[in-house]
Amino acid sequence: MPIFSYLAMPREGAREALCTDLSSLEYCQIIPAENKDVVVLITDTPDEDRERSLQEKLKKLASLQSLSLAFGYDEQN
Amino acid sequence: MRLDRRQFIKQSAISSALATAGALFPGISFGDWSRLAQNNSVISWQKSPCRFCGTGCGVLVGVSDGRAVAVKGDPNCSVNKGLCCMKGYHSVQALYGKDRLTKALIRRDGAMVEVPIQEALDLVAQKLQETRDAYGKDSVAMYGSGQWTIPDGYVASKLFKGCLGTNNVEANARLCMSSAVTGFMTSFGLDEPMGCYEDIDHANVFITWGNNMAEMHPVLFSRMLAQRKRRTNVKIIDFATRYSRTSQAADKSIIFRPQTDLAVANAICYEIIKNDWVNWNFVNEHVSFHKGKTNIGYGTEDHFAFTDKAESIDFEDFKTFLEDYTPEKVEKISGVPARDIKYMAALYGDPSVKVTSFWCMGMNQHTRGTWINNLVYNIHLLVGKISMPGNSPFSLTGQPSACGTVREVGTLTHKLPHGVVMNEHDREMAAQIWEVPVENIDPKPSYHTVEMFRALDRGDIKFIWIQVTNPMVTMPNLKRYRDGALKEDRFVVVSDVYPTPTTDIADVILPAAMWVEQEGMYGNSERRTQHFTQIVDPPGEAMSDTWQIIEVARRLGFEKQFSWDQSDYIEKIWEEYRRFHAGPKHEMAPYSVLAERSGVQWPFVDGKETRWRYNPRYDPACSNGKDFDFYGKKDNRAWIWARPYEPAAEFPDSEYNFWLNTGRVIEHWHTGSMTRRVPVLHNAVPSSYVEIHPEDAAELGVVNGEKVKIISRRGEITMPAQINGRGVPVRGMVFVPFFDESYLINEVTLDAFCPISKQPDYKKCAVRLEKA
Repeated sequence: MPIFSYLAMPREGAREALCTDLSSLEYCQIIPAENKDVVVLITDTPDEDRERSLQEKLKKLASLQSLSLAFGYDEQN
Repeated sequence: MRLDRRQFIKQSAISSALATAGALFPGISFGDWSRLAQNNSVISWQKSPCRFCGTGCGVLVGVSDGRAVAVKGDPNCSVNKGLCCMKGYHSVQALYGKDRLTKALIRRDGAMVEVPIQEALDLVAQKLQETRDAYGKDSVAMYGSGQWTIPDGYVASKLFKGCLGTNNVEANARLCMSSAVTGFMTSFGLDEPMGCYEDIDHANVFITWGNNMAEMHPVLFSRMLAQRKRRTNVKIIDFATRYSRTSQAADKSIIFRPQTDLAVANAICYEIIKNDWVNWNFVNEHVSFHKGKTNIGYGTEDHFAFTDKAESIDFEDFKTFLEDYTPEKVEKISGVPARDIKYMAALYGDPSVKVTSFWCMGMNQHTRGTWINNLVYNIHLLVGKISMPGNSPFSLTGQPSACGTVREVGTLTHKLPHGVVMNEHDREMAAQIWEVPVENIDPKPSYHTVEMFRALDRGDIKFIWIQVTNPMVTMPNLKRYRDGALKEDRFVVVSDVYPTPTTDIADVILPAAMWVEQEGMYGNSERRTQHFTQIVDPPGEAMSDTWQIIEVARRLGFEKQFSWDQSDYIEKIWEEYRRFHAGPKHEMAPYSVLAERSGVQWPFVDGKETRWRYNPRYDPACSNGKDFDFYGKKDNRAWIWARPYEPAAEFPDSEYNFWLNTGRVIEHWHTGSMTRRVPVLHNAVPSSYVEIHPEDAAELGVVNGEKVKIISRRGEITMPAQINGRGVPVRGMVFVPFFDESYLINEVTLDAFCPISKQPDYKKCAVRLEKA
């Protein structure tokens, strides 16, 4: 049951698209910064399979330039 | 509404990400989130200073269902601007360890038995009174802490010095900050830094003198790194005896042999004068030159006494004194290449460069701690880089209220809340505010900390009350003092939040309220007083240390002096205490202002905080009409001192051929009694170790994790080796963190101290190693 938080950086000019893309993904919550092109992403998945699946989806987002991990927690650890 | 475990973890994830974003993108705003967080009725947030180090980070403590469940950095606090370190983020978990002390315990027939706390307080008062009657007023003592709140220390001083008439009040800040105090007093005549953390935003060069800030003051170090990233002209120079995380992050790491910082500081002054980098306008107008006694001893014997004597000298005398400290001569003493000494001198000497020097235990826990503090001030004074934004000699503190409670309230044997016991006027002021006869206050200091525990061993002290500290882990040459405390007719009272090796020797254990379970104030390194309210209830019968003292004082007949009501006693104590500091040099903010803000810097005059003292642009106490006013000294000047290099009390020889250095790690606070009960922090560094240089380890035939026996003239300890870990000592030195009570490294250390400050040197003694 992993919980992670990240700083998500959009590609240039794609801030709104990134917020839309991330919001549409299951197990994702976002907190966009008001005055910078940064979005806090919190993921809360029920198991490792769905975590892996979510990671794959995140990698494919065209609006996403990079993800920086800020916090990680996994029940098994 | 209850917050379940998963929600809590998610809140922590969010807080971490927001804090990271705040550190990387200054000024970033998450307005919608903060409204959501404040109003979602899951968590309510209240401000407090962090419980741990002397940085004084502002935190917001999240409370749900009467329990502190989360922490985030307080964005309104200028100290940390929303950032915390790993201890800060996990600090509330330290409230909820499984073995929290919730009931009073007293020793009966050798065993500790639970009793109602009122009964335990009766016994404390009775024993204190009986001891005093039988053996005299100086047979009882109070030993407190830089983690005491300001009201804790104030009522302790009032009871013992004002009512009981003994100066047997000391605090563990003697072990961490007293050389800083005597350094300030001898150089400037007044304690505590002239600058503030805002210096970090202005300085071009940071020189850390024996100060592993990356681990010990991580938030301030992050601010330095952020400045280096943001501006192109910022450098960090780490000047140390061991390669640490600070060295790794620095632009340049310079290693010196233990104790030889004295010689290097003098060599820097030599170079400044030789190259005519002296700021003559500043020196001629604001500096006077002095020398003191030399060959001043180390205090290893009982009843050691020393009083320094200042003699005036002139600039030419000082210049002649420095001729023994050419960079080439000092290279031979210190191991620091002459070119590196010249490099540091050039940084200090360049008028276009703003330099901030930081130090903490490396300079203070030093048998010449006062001297090395003086010598770094000498450098800044010669070039006039002081009391201006970015130009700052900055003595950091280790504990959250070493400044607020110990240095400002004066919970040391010679001190009063204003001034010293030796001064008649100061005694009169205290007697008037405390409403006690002036004759009650003894004009003679009694025992400093090491001598206090020696007196307990000798039997000169029979009763000691220890609050918020763990001396049975932290005293140097520990075995003597533990054996002394355990002697037949000694009576030891310990107020604490968890069982420790100190509660193990207690006759009475009083369960204490911790941090935000009570109202109080701390005072941090930059003259900032920080109020916190009671946010959660203490467990069981746990009671604030302040109220414990008040209860005992009343039992001893001092109802008049301790007449406060439990509903507002902190406010009333603060307003009484504040009277001691009235005036522009040290005016403290009123209670109502403290309660509103995330800390207020003193002097607080006409509603304004003072960021840089002795500079009339910022400091309302300046009155001489010049560009600086060092009003602490009678000659209105800052004092440069000729202080020589003298060797350590003990150094490696053919029998004990290694230096032993001790200290902390970022994950643990002091003796670990709180942080070792936080699972994340405990799991990160579950036990102590001895850092050894890889070549020394190879010669010893030891690999990582294998046991090594460390032997000194006082004791021995066996512990696992760490090779090429986070810190790497130089060849011939080992380093041991002291947080782990399973490995009492202070069985090995030496109780030598600076003869002026009486602060022990935990950084240098001689040991030998054996493969265990």
